[in-house]
Amino acid sequence: MSQWVVKGIRTGIKTTAYPREAESASGVTPGLPVGADLGAQAAALTERCPTHALEQTDGRISVDYRRCVHCFRCARGAARPLAWQPGYEWAGSHGESGLRDGFGGAFRRSIHIIVVDAGDCGACLNEVKQLNNPYYNMHRLGFFITPTPRHADVLLVVGPVTDHMRVALKKVYDAMPTPKRVVAAGACALSGGVFAESFVCAKGVGEVLPVDVEVPGNPPPPLAILHGLLVAVGRRPPVALVSGPSGPRR
Amino acid sequence: MDCAQLKDLIETAWPGLAHCRFDAAGRVNEVKCERSALAELCSRLFHEWGFGFAGLVVEEGAEAWHLRYVFYGERDAGWAHVLTEAPLADRIFPSIAVGSKIFAADWHEREAEDLFGVHFAGHPRLGDFVLHDDAWQENVEPMRRGFDAAAAMHNRLPDADWRPRRVVRESGAFVMPVGPKFSGVTESVHFQLETVGEDVIRSWTRLFYKWRAVEKLAESKSPDGALLLAERFAATTAFAHGLAFCQAVEAIGGASVPPRARLLRVFLAELERLRQHAGAIQEICESTALVVANSQAGLLEEDLLRVSGELTGHRYLFGMLAPGGLLGDLPTEACRKAFRDAKDAVSGLDDLERRLTVSSSFLDRIEEVGIIWLKTARAYSLVGPVARASGLARDLRRAQPYSGYESFEFDVPVEEEGDGYARLRVLFAEARQSLRIMEQAAAALKGGDVYEPVNLRAGATLGWAEAPRGATFHWVRLDDGGRIARYRIVTPSFANWHSFHLGAEKFAFQDFPIILSTFDLSAAENDR
Repeated sequence: MSQWVVKGIRTGIKTTAYPREAESASGVTPGLPVGADLGAQAAALTERCPTHALEQTDGRISVDYRRCVHCFRCARGAARPLAWQPGYEWAGSHGESGLRDGFGGAFRRSIHIIVVDAGDCGACLNEVKQLNNPYYNMHRLGFFITPTPRHADVLLVVGPVTDHMRVALKKVYDAMPTPKRVVAAGACALSGGVFAESFVCAKGVGEVLPVDVEVPGNPPPPLAILHGLLVAVGRRPPVALVSGPSGPRR
Repeated sequence: MDCAQLKDLIETAWPGLAHCRFDAAGRVNEVKCERSALAELCSRLFHEWGFGFAGLVVEEGAEAWHLRYVFYGERDAGWAHVLTEAPLADRIFPSIAVGSKIFAADWHEREAEDLFGVHFAGHPRLGDFVLHDDAWQENVEPMRRGFDAAAAMHNRLPDADWRPRRVVRESGAFVMPVGPKFSGVTESVHFQLETVGEDVIRSWTRLFYKWRAVEKLAESKSPDGALLLAERFAATTAFAHGLAFCQAVEAIGGASVPPRARLLRVFLAELERLRQHAGAIQEICESTALVVANSQAGLLEEDLLRVSGELTGHRYLFGMLAPGGLLGDLPTEACRKAFRDAKDAVSGLDDLERRLTVSSSFLDRIEEVGIIWLKTARAYSLVGPVARASGLARDLRRAQPYSGYESFEFDVPVEEEGDGYARLRVLFAEARQSLRIMEQAAAALKGGDVYEPVNLRAGATLGWAEAPRGATFHWVRLDDGGRIARYRIVTPSFANWHSFHLGAEKFAFQDFPIILSTFDLSAAENDR
């Protein structure tokens, strides 16, 4: 079995320097569209978005990231496309007063996370799974996954919350001791995504539980989920979940 | 046999049977029969003539139920569609799962009963399938035209204390409920394991915790709108499902996709297969707690996600497909770079396979464990690497080529043992073949358009693709306005989940998660 030890050592260190430095490798994020002033073409472009993530006022387009499903119809095949920004620090804090108090101290560098699949398509869950591969290695940040709600500090939820998962999701949350936080990741978890109109889905986790941190994306890439966890423990500030042409705004 | 011979065979055995359609070019035999002839006709197709069962499509017409049983054979035999119908008020059909022992139809009949209220006489276990008993009142038929979502939901009170039925009554029998939330990062699905000692005597799977009613949601949408659902209901294989859907819409409109788009579609479909297989290999390594192998496989899966993201802008290839071709072109040089990066990843997979082959403690966990016999694979019409690892050599890229696959050179790896190790070997071997196809596609790229608008008109047809987990079938009906009237999706996970319990039973419960990982099943794909 020594071949595994040698192989592992020879592979060297692959881990990203994020959050100490930005990650610049290609293919780590799909990016998000940026609001812009498109004048007369704004209305037509706004119509192209299937989840109404785009809104326009007098030609100025703003983007609600909670609804973006990465269909790229505002960028591809559009007469006047929106520009997209690379990047992955997308997590915002839900609610008017921001994060609930009391989740600092020792939790900043050591939390146990329980992951609940409330009906996701598989992609969000797959990106969460990547957090334990050597490129992201979330253990170095003090983030660990636990299968039991009794040990969990953070509940990470993906999926819109299907009717069949409401009871199980609530049971997990209720079984977690305080202090606890809820991180909702992905367009479905924030707004229902493309399943918002389904008669067997909630329009996101917020309909079922109090949500502290929202991570946009369809799916959010691993670095965005990491950012969301860093926001949950107070190591990174939350960012705005809506972008307008004159800069981010709530 | 070829499709013309099948036509003769049917006409000889059932003179007077209405052949509604015979399409020699598309190799489709479509026959309509009375309900009384259904069981025998399906039985001959399935058992005697060796066709696979693709699925049952139920459609509610204005005055009648229209049921379509789709069978598929080898290349020349083509497709056989058996149609039957009954007035709306009289909705009892014979069960071919029981009557013709076509086990593959079992779950199709259960789903039709739950969602449409169509009854299959003789089926012993209707109910509590898609619509969980603890969450739905009786006689709600959500896929019917007259269904009122507001009314039905108002009366539902989920029962938080519901328990599944217990079967094993031996002394020392123990019930171990697993899920829907279980382990670390897993999809929501419930298993009831009944053990005597450490051996799992009975494994019962409960799915549809992730049912989002995609087939209902798609109705009245434009094809462009429904494509978003096709890509996002099982997004780890978004491209394959999107492709099957687009091909159905294109066939209805009589569209011909430009050659460059066909090549790029093949390139991207194989890149997706390669990446999904790397992920499946990683899950198997993780399940056996071989930590370094798990890390190595994780690196390779992430590498392939980055290749996908760099090439197309999205790690799961969203936003590339459109009915009629592709939403945007990809530079040829970028494809060739993606191929070179994929080639590095496959070298990594080959190295990993060599190391795993000499790791006896790893092999001990998956060899002769989780066995699916060939006769089971046939009876359940299993698909994909699971079927091919059990000796059932079916692959739609070979049997019913699409998007130009007939002009590519590649092997379809097949193993015989049907155990976890055989499934792992098939994954590694298919990864090498995917690379081979990608190389040919990238080399063949020439200039040209990647999009030709489709004439959206009324019609219905089947689209299909060999997705990474196996054959997927998308039945699409468009109305006069070119909008979706019916969208029926049969996925590889729906076929393969059905047989999973047979792999888990008679093994120790410690083997359970390992056996599960070797099947590469998706709950999202099954549940829709």
